[in-house]
Order: sequence, then C-alpha cells, then structure tokens
Amino acid sequence: MSDNNSLENLVTQVRRDILRMVHKVNSGHPGGSLGCAEFLVTLYNDTMKLNDGFAMDGKEEDVFFLSNGHISPVIYSVLAHRGYFPVEELNTFRLLDSRLQGHPTTHEGLPGIRIASGSLGQGMSVAIGTALTKKLNGDNHLVYSLHGDGELQEGQIWEAAMYAAGNNVDNYIATVDYNKKQIDGATDDVLPLGSLRAKFEAFGWDVLDIKDGNNIQAIKDGLAEAKAKTGKGKPVCVLLHTEMGNGVDFMMNTHAWHGKAPSDEQLESALAQNPETLGDY
Amino acid sequence: MKKYTNTGNKDTRSGFGDGLTELGKTNENVVALCADLTGSLKMGDFKNNHPERFFQIGIAEANMIGIAAGMTIGGKIPFTGTFANFSTGRVYDQIRQSVAYSDKNVKICASHAGITLGEDGATHQILEDIGLMKMLPGMTVINTCDYNQTKAATLAIAEFHGPVYLRFGRPKVANFTPVDQKFEIGKAVQLTEGTDVTIVATGHLVWEALQAAETLEAEGISAEVINIHTIKPLDEEAILASVAKTGCVVTAEEHNFLGGLGESVARTLALNTPAPQEFVATQDTFGESGTPAQLMEKYGLNAASIVKASQKVVKRK
Repeated sequence: MSDNNSLENLVTQVRRDILRMVHKVNSGHPGGSLGCAEFLVTLYNDTMKLNDGFAMDGKEEDVFFLSNGHISPVIYSVLAHRGYFPVEELNTFRLLDSRLQGHPTTHEGLPGIRIASGSLGQGMSVAIGTALTKKLNGDNHLVYSLHGDGELQEGQIWEAAMYAAGNNVDNYIATVDYNKKQIDGATDDVLPLGSLRAKFEAFGWDVLDIKDGNNIQAIKDGLAEAKAKTGKGKPVCVLLHTEMGNGVDFMMNTHAWHGKAPSDEQLESALAQNPETLGDY
Repeated sequence: MKKYTNTGNKDTRSGFGDGLTELGKTNENVVALCADLTGSLKMGDFKNNHPERFFQIGIAEANMIGIAAGMTIGGKIPFTGTFANFSTGRVYDQIRQSVAYSDKNVKICASHAGITLGEDGATHQILEDIGLMKMLPGMTVINTCDYNQTKAATLAIAEFHGPVYLRFGRPKVANFTPVDQKFEIGKAVQLTEGTDVTIVATGHLVWEALQAAETLEAEGISAEVINIHTIKPLDEEAILASVAKTGCVVTAEEHNFLGGLGESVARTLALNTPAPQEFVATQDTFGESGTPAQLMEKYGLNAASIVKASQKVVKRK
C-alpha cells in the first residue's frame, strides 16, 4: 500500500511527463492520458500485485491491459516510474526507432506491454483470454483492463461482455474511463451510450461506480470494493467517472485535447500548474 | 513417373480434428476455441475428452480471436476453429493487431476454405484468405492437401512458436500422402520428377495436379509436381531448382489468382529466374452454389485445367 501523498506526487510527475512527451513531438493524446493518471498510478502502485521485472507470461501476478491504446503517454510514464524501463526513455516517445510507439505494442519489446492496442474494442477479449488462462493455471491473481467510454461503441466489446458473464470470468475487473467525451465531441452527441450500468448489469456483470475518478482515495476505495466482488461468479465493471484533461485548467471540460499537443506557451502554463515533484526526465 | 494411390476419400477437416484430438493427449497447453461450429470443424472429440480446455465462444469470431491472443499470456497454445471466411476477413483487424503485430502464439484453423464448400454459396466460400493472411508480417500460412497432411500439420504447428493460419476444407478428397510423413513447415514436397513443366500446387489442387501429370505423361509432357503446403514462408529454393530444370511453371490453387500462391511464385521467379507461368486459380470472382465437382469444373480448378495450362505454358518457353 502506498500513502496518498506519495501517489499524488507521482500523479503530478506523470502529468508533467505526459505534457512534455506530447509537446516534444507535437502529437499524441493528452486529454484521456491526464484523465486516467490517478487511476493508473493507483492501480500500478497500490492495487495490483506485481512481480519484480517483466515476464510476458504474467504468471503469479496481476495483469493489466490498456485497451484504449491512444492514452499511451500515461501508461508509458506509469510503467517507467514503476521500474519497467528507464524514465529517460520517455524522451523517445513517438520518435523513429523508439520502443515507445504512438500506440503501445509488444513489437519493439517494451517491458510492461503484453498486447498491442490502438485499434479499439479488442482489449476486453484479450483480458478475458488471460483470465481464462489464469484459471487453467490455478493462478489466483486478477486481470484488469481499461477502456475508453467511446470505445464501448465497438461491437466486439459486447461480444466480450456477453462471454465473460456467460462463462463466470470472475477474476477480471474491467474499468471504463467514463469521461463522456470522444474525438468528435460528447459521447451523447456522437453516439449515446445510454446507461452503462444498466447495460453491463443486463449482460450479467457486477457494476460499481467510482464517482470521483480523479481522487486517489476514491480510486483506492473503489478498487478495493471491486476486488472484493471478484471470485463470486461475475466479471466486475468499474465505471470510473473522470475529467478529461484533469490537472490542467485549459484542458478540462472539453474534448478539444483528445489528440492535440500544447504549444510552447500552453506547455509552460500547464507545467506551472503541476510543479516538479520527482524530477523531470 | 511416381504414382500415388488414394487410400480412400477423406475430408481434410477430419485430419485437423483427429490431429487436435491427439494434441489433447500429448500437449496439455493446447486449448481449443470454437465459434459455434464444433461439428463442422470436427472438434467434438477434443471437446468431449478435454472439456476444461475447450472454449465455446458462440457466434462471436472477433471475441474468439482476442480471447485466443489473451490465452497465450500464461503459456496456452490456442487453436481457433471456424470457417475460413469467418477466420480471416471477418476478423482481419483482430488478427492483425492482437495476434500478428503482438506476436501471439495463436493457431487460426480454418475449414470450408475455397469454393469446395459447395452449396452454401459465396457468402461462405472464401477465395481471398491466403492473400489476406500472407500479407500479415510474421504470419505463417499453410494450406494442406489431404487428410494425412492436415493431421500432420496440426501436430506440427503446435510445436512451432508463432501465429499460424492453417487452411483446409470440407469435401472428402483423395488421401494419398504417407500416413507417417513428418510435416516440415516451409518445406516443399516434391511428388513427381519431370523435365518439361513444374506444377506447383497447394491444397485440394495437389491431387488434381497428380492426375494432370498422368494425362500429360501420356501426351509426352513430363511434369514435376511440387506440393506447396506452406505458402508463407515459401520454399523458394525448391521452386527455383525445379524451374531451372523445366523452364516453366503452372501454379494451381483453390483461391483467387490475386493474392494467392501463384503470385508468390511469380515474385520468386521475377526476382531470380523469370520463366513463363500459368495460373490455375479463380479469376477475380466470387463463387456460387453447386456441388464441389461442378464448381471445380466451372471455375477451372481441376486436373483438366492444369493439363490445359501446362500445354500452354510449355509452348511459351
């Protein structure tokens, strides 16, 4: 378990990493990355049981899959600070010959990544597969995944949701980044999602809300509740209510920063709102 | 010329099913996934013998491919089973991202490939799958010719690490390869020796090529028949060595000429020793309903077509 202050400090540093990575190459997805910083920092440094080093097989440890691969800046920063690879390597984000591709991949051998993601809707199926293997192996650790809310418009998600509930995949916690925004605007305007709780419950999932998905204590409590729901015959869905662009005032309350990099001046302003805590790479 | 005996017609899909049954006994990491076609894929024995390692996914092929990719994490070797159409085109992006690009050890096993699926018609026939799969970096593409070879290939791909597309079919066809022949991925099998024309065939067309070679022999044309069961990686050495001797080639496959074995052979020849080539393949068309034999004849995928193509290509030398 990690205390909230040190997790907060890490979140602030992760925010700085995200902003600087995206700014340097003038591309990438800061909005969703910032919105999930608290969640992923807490998941990797408080919630999940992880072995030292990295093994693709993920045996006898918890395993996480990022299905909405475009928020690669945040997962790269979180993985680096967790020790999977040198933090300095964040400096190569989206550059030629980098292991830190625009969207995460196993192809370049980056420790911490077990599946490529970017084309949306595939990560839930993959996570279910690993959860099934854990059951076959008698491995009692859990599988986690994160999805964008817009991503739930992909049909494969619902194939997977039906399968997981129908086959009692109860060693699995899927989290939805419920920021109600996607590239083209509000999810309600692009393609309304309706009640996600009602949908997942109708499919046979155990559903819980983390009402403040940018609050570390709320995330800790919610994930503890989610873990307590595992092993009871149902997959668990966490609706993580987040603010896209959280922590940078001009990136919040808009979908504009889904896939746009800040200018020099904007970066300066954003970094000033998030003073260095652990040291920049 | 070496003659081959049909030991009795059998379907290649049963070769897959029986291979999978054997793997169930010999390799505890092998798991099988099926999208509501257990009977058609002959996966019933595996399901009955190892229910804990059999996963009925339902009619959700995209989910099946993703689950298979995930199951490799932790050491399982998933074999997915559905029709070739639903194994490839329907799930291309899932295979591309979650399997091929992610280098997952998934075996995509596809029955009812080609036009010989027959009466169900073009929605279920696929003549583009070899092309789709061979274009994916890192994907191994295998199209077996008879029951024995399909069973041997099923066993072999379990021992091989990496994504594989294994293509086979529905109709009962001649079973003529040796029952104990070891399957070597990427290694062509030379069936007859000849001097006038090389016939490079894959899948159901291999037996037709052997029939064609007999007809050609009677006409004084000596045909060297090569069974290319692995389209990728292609045994270029075997093809080039044969064409160096014969000076021309006929490729034969139950697939569109675009994207198939023929194009792979043409590329090999173009880069090394250009030679006249004729393509026995479908001509950029969808299939239709009919019996397998009727369809093979209408679409020019039988021994008679190979004979004609051989006569033509020999004159082009």
